[in-house]
Amino acid sequence: MHRFANPAEFNRLADAILPWAKVVMAAAFLYGLYLALYASPADYQQGESVRIMYIHVPAAWMAMFTYMVVAVASFTALVWRHPLALLAGKAAAPIGLVFTGLALLTGMLWGKPMWGTYWVWDGRLTSVLVLFFLYLGYMALWRALDEEDKAGRAASILALVGVVNIPIIKFSVDWWNTLHQPASVMRMDGPSMPVEMLWPLLTLAVAYKAYFVVVLLYRMKLEINLRKLSVLSSLEVQG
Amino acid sequence: MAGLKTRKKQRLVVASIAVAAIAGAVLLVLFAMGGDSLSLFLQPSAVHAKEIEAGKRFRLGGLVAPGTFSKAEDGLTYHFTITDCAADIPVTFKGLLPDLFREGQGVVTEGRLNGTGTFVADTVLAKHDENYAPPGTMPKNAEACTHPEGLNSGYNTSPGSRG
Repeated sequence: MHRFANPAEFNRLADAILPWAKVVMAAAFLYGLYLALYASPADYQQGESVRIMYIHVPAAWMAMFTYMVVAVASFTALVWRHPLALLAGKAAAPIGLVFTGLALLTGMLWGKPMWGTYWVWDGRLTSVLVLFFLYLGYMALWRALDEEDKAGRAASILALVGVVNIPIIKFSVDWWNTLHQPASVMRMDGPSMPVEMLWPLLTLAVAYKAYFVVVLLYRMKLEINLRKLSVLSSLEVQG
Repeated sequence: MAGLKTRKKQRLVVASIAVAAIAGAVLLVLFAMGGDSLSLFLQPSAVHAKEIEAGKRFRLGGLVAPGTFSKAEDGLTYHFTITDCAADIPVTFKGLLPDLFREGQGVVTEGRLNGTGTFVADTVLAKHDENYAPPGTMPKNAEACTHPEGLNSGYNTSPGSRG
């Protein structure tokens, strides 16, 4: 772990991963979208509207996955004072916010024709909205305090407090009566959808994850460069 | 260096306990509040068990019992029965039904019970299940709703026989 605490070492690793991640991202997006929008069947109940699922479900997975990344990064930063972990959390949060927003938005656009409403306050929808606000709160705390160290610590504590929301989102559809349907893919007795629908879904999930890796690494490199810059300019002021 | 190591270990323990305690507290509160208060709707069995009085507004959800759907002569009023496979409640609704509304599929309605135990709904939302399948095929886990007493078997839907 401590090898990566060195920014130069991190930069080298990031530059090695980035081209591969970009290739995976481009290939998975093209192939996944081709399958999802063209080469997959309509649904026996929902018809063509089912294609919204291929955008919506991976976005919702990303929303939760990214939060877990922020939470683990925050934990590492708080316990081991690992500076890169702190930056990883800071860099990941806006990505999670965007995908949570995308999941909410596509969910609303899907809900109107299927359910007959854009929004209901059921367990699943409400807990995902809470996730959206947790991301906003985390990002706001980073900006609320002038001292980087304190801001990072406060934001990290919030991220850890909010981690309880992840199992709530996952199991809301099992614990309570909700308008949102229960899980179709990650369920005990195997997916309740045929392979020709599962495949585009999983391909796009890979594409989203590769996108996450690309954007996260760029954002972390940016943060490191900004830090170098501020050290340099403070040296200049002194000199 | 020894002191540094102890402090890291201390932070690890404190952070782990704090996260576990907060998560545990939140989950306990949620379970203490109970499933019904956090649920979007009540199923027919729960409506009977709670003996909800006529005129009180709530959401009723379940499956549209197959063979119970009918359209009134005005072309706008619909009658159907909502079942959770253990209890049935007849529903009337005047308005537009969502596209996904079908017999045998899930539905969430909002309204009030009238004096005769019929639920008068002013909102009907379709609840689609977790099954996906190409047209013309049946999903792997199709809703298998076998009513213990057969549909419309006169399960306590009238207020007189309730409770």
